[in-house]
Amino acid sequence: MHDVVIIGAGPAGLSAAISCRELDLDVLVVDEFPKPGGRLLGQLHQEPSGEWWNGILETKKLVDRAAELDTRIECGVSVHHIEKTETGFNTHTNQGIFPSENLLIATGAAESPAPIPGWTLPGVMSIGAAQVMTNVHRVRVGNKGIVAGVNVLSAAIAIELQLAGVELHSMVLPAKNAVNKHHANPKAVMEGLVRVAHLAPSPFIRFGSKFANNPLVRDIAVKFFPKGGVKMGDMPIHVRKSMIQINGTDKVESVTLANLTTDGEVIPGSEEIVEVDFVCIAGGLYPLAELAAVIGCPFQYVEELGGHVPVHNEQMETPVDGLFVAGNITGIESSKVAKDQGTLAGISIANRKYGKNADLEFSIIEAKKQVHRTRDNASIQFHPGIREGRQRIHQTYIAQEQANN
Amino acid sequence: MNKNRIMDHPVLESLGNPKKITFTFDGKKYEGFEGDTIASALLANGIRKLRVQEATGNPRSIYCNIGHCFECRVAVNGKQGYRACVTLIEENMAVDSGQVLPHPLHPDVEDLPKTYADYAKNYKKGGNPNA
Ligand SMILES: Cc1cc2nc3c(=O)[nH]c(=O)nc-3n(C[C@H](O)[C@H](O)[C@H](O)COP(=O)(O)OP(=O)(O)OC[C@H]3O[C@@H](n4cnc5c(N)ncnc54)[C@H](O)[C@@H]3O)c2cc1C
Ligand code: FES
Repeated sequence: MHDVVIIGAGPAGLSAAISCRELDLDVLVVDEFPKPGGRLLGQLHQEPSGEWWNGILETKKLVDRAAELDTRIECGVSVHHIEKTETGFNTHTNQGIFPSENLLIATGAAESPAPIPGWTLPGVMSIGAAQVMTNVHRVRVGNKGIVAGVNVLSAAIAIELQLAGVELHSMVLPAKNAVNKHHANPKAVMEGLVRVAHLAPSPFIRFGSKFANNPLVRDIAVKFFPKGGVKMGDMPIHVRKSMIQINGTDKVESVTLANLTTDGEVIPGSEEIVEVDFVCIAGGLYPLAELAAVIGCPFQYVEELGGHVPVHNEQMETPVDGLFVAGNITGIESSKVAKDQGTLAGISIANRKYGKNADLEFSIIEAKKQVHRTRDNASIQFHPGIREGRQRIHQTYIAQEQANN
Repeated sequence: MNKNRIMDHPVLESLGNPKKITFTFDGKKYEGFEGDTIASALLANGIRKLRVQEATGNPRSIYCNIGHCFECRVAVNGKQGYRACVTLIEENMAVDSGQVLPHPLHPDVEDLPKTYADYAKNYKKGGNPNA
């Protein structure tokens, strides 16, 4: 019986394991990916200070520290079920069942699909798939590609692909349909584009970002969006072009693009065919939280956090006794925030294990402050309303606790 | 095998000389690097198609590359249901692509659409893809 099983060896899970080991808990970390690091592994961007955020090196720091503390990390272990027992939890995996007193779910985020006619063809992949192939496996995903979906993540990864010498034709919006409402709407996308201002050194976007909160200016920006797109590196970003179809028989051969009105309707007769051999689809991220649902944790839909999120308090406890959550499962943010949330969760778990004590309570307050500081300084922000979203989910926890007492 | 490899990178470390691993895919021999998943080793060799949709025979490849979507199902050493994107290659591993399976409701799978264009022409009525 472990003091804690941690599901997910991303920045949240690894940091939690480190703080648990520093407080001498018996820890087992499991992850289904062949290497520890989670989505941190693929990350590579330049901070506003000019310094590179190299996910492989950042992962190595965490894994080395975990190794110093003799932390058991098992990769290639997929969790498919969790069961509540009298003394804690049984975590069911492809490698057997692991019992523990406490459980931390740090499964991170998944990408929302943005379907486009023809998207099942080989050569179509999510933008994150291309990031992992390029930066982790070091394999070129194709000779010339195109990105459907304009947001912070796809802009960051488009830069990474270009850096690795992979040619991109452009970034456009995905076809408008029942699923892609938001991502296919030029005005909604323009609003998000201001958050990539530091990635795309374009005067147009920087100018736009000054007026981010003014819908009138945003609509004008969409109306006068340059016909040739706004350049990021050698590649144009378009908000008034849409990928309406992906063509090919056995693999991607081309895509059909069309121009859009400011409201996102295709302008008939504007269709053009562009030859590419791969397509990346970027539909945004949502918390990967099924395992928390399996164990009976209550959920709340909070748009600012990226979707349905397990109810939890500020110190990462859920209403299920002994169940903790940390990282992107609690809301979509950058890996630095996930890391600090992991540290905080680790201390909270120790606090439960050792029967609350003043030293640990103090460390929890400090760790909470650190999460706030990191959030305030984040260079990549997925959602502007993250603080309000966090407050709402924490209030739900408190309300449920009061109702139960 | 290094056709699609990014050996050198302006920011990340260069790959150097990783250990080579030999495996088979549908009976043919391929080489990958130690640490490759089935999906990355095959793509490095220029192979995208990992299986066909079990009913229609339409070609499929990776989608998410991190274990979430199950689009990349292959058989490993005779056992089905492995995700190519999270399974490491091993020396002499035999990987087989996913095949068409008998379909009780559609005996004539040949009639099913193979491309989106086929689908749009024959199946989509009155512009409603769900009709
Ligand atoms: C494709 C993708 C790309 C991203 N790129 C960036 C970026 O460039 N910059 C940025 O700031 N943020 C990026 N993010 C956001 C990212 O989620 C955070 O930066 C950070 O990595 C979150 O850390 P985490 O520890 O919560 O989760 P993760 O880093 O996602 O780690 C979760 C781990 O849990 C494992 N896991 C999940 N389910 C199971 C299961 N059932 N059984 C066993 N193991 C499981 C996964 O294999 C994974 O290793 C990206 C997210 C995704 C999904
Ligand atoms: S490509 Fe999505 S699970 Fe393998």
